[in-house]
Amino acid sequence: MYAIAFYTLAAFILGFAVLVVSTKDTVHSVLFLVLDFLFVAALYVLMGAPFLGVIQVLVYAGGIVVLYLFVVMLVNLKRPPEAHQDPHRRTKLGFGLAAAVLLELGVIAGYGMTRPGPALVVPGVVGPMAGNTEQVGWLLYTSYLIPFEIASMLLLVAMIGAIVLAKREL
Amino acid sequence: MITPTHYMLLSAALFIIGVIGVMVRRNIIIIFMSIELILNAVNINLVAFSAQLQNNIGQVFAIFVIAVAAAEAAVGLGIILAFYRNKETVNIDEMNLLKW
Repeated sequence: MYAIAFYTLAAFILGFAVLVVSTKDTVHSVLFLVLDFLFVAALYVLMGAPFLGVIQVLVYAGGIVVLYLFVVMLVNLKRPPEAHQDPHRRTKLGFGLAAAVLLELGVIAGYGMTRPGPALVVPGVVGPMAGNTEQVGWLLYTSYLIPFEIASMLLLVAMIGAIVLAKREL
Repeated sequence: MITPTHYMLLSAALFIIGVIGVMVRRNIIIIFMSIELILNAVNINLVAFSAQLQNNIGQVFAIFVIAVAAAEAAVGLGIILAFYRNKETVNIDEMNLLKW
């Protein structure tokens, strides 16, 4: 049952990812990206991280993708960007480099399959609460409080930066 | 039986698809979406190990990755808009102001 769910979700995730990269129309690409993020959220729930799944749906599928959609609509393309062919561009080199990365990852995975390392024994850090959301929240507000605050600062700086960049004149 | 290796292979495949998108496409918006795919692949890895080790710290790091992805998307799309206003293009082959 778990295996069927995993393989179904993995097939959808990879299929929609291929569609995101290969579709001509940018708007269709954004819509496939939403579907891809939703299936990744389902995979998080399958892995026992429902809080992260909800965050994924809210932030990625709800926020970031809407931002992309806004930009795609604002950037009204009179001529499609793929129409301009740069003679110096080497698409085959891009595929070759991606194949090299794939080969590298395959070698690492094969090595891990044939010679598995010793099993990691890490004592789980469990807060006084039960439940995934409570535990993640407990970690965020105790051990990782300072990184949490830095992340909020980063988001504030990014927001100000985006406004400064996108505004015509201040 | 689904082991962490299965999750790592899924994550590697998603990563490769993202890398191909970054390398091959010319539309900078699609390149940004490919970067989001790459970040998602990283998150799948983190959550898979978090589930395997019964340790929720991986999920905390995944939340930080999502926060950084949101910041990156906001600033990057702002740059795209500012560039589009000047040059009327989103083709990366024509984005060579700093190149020569």
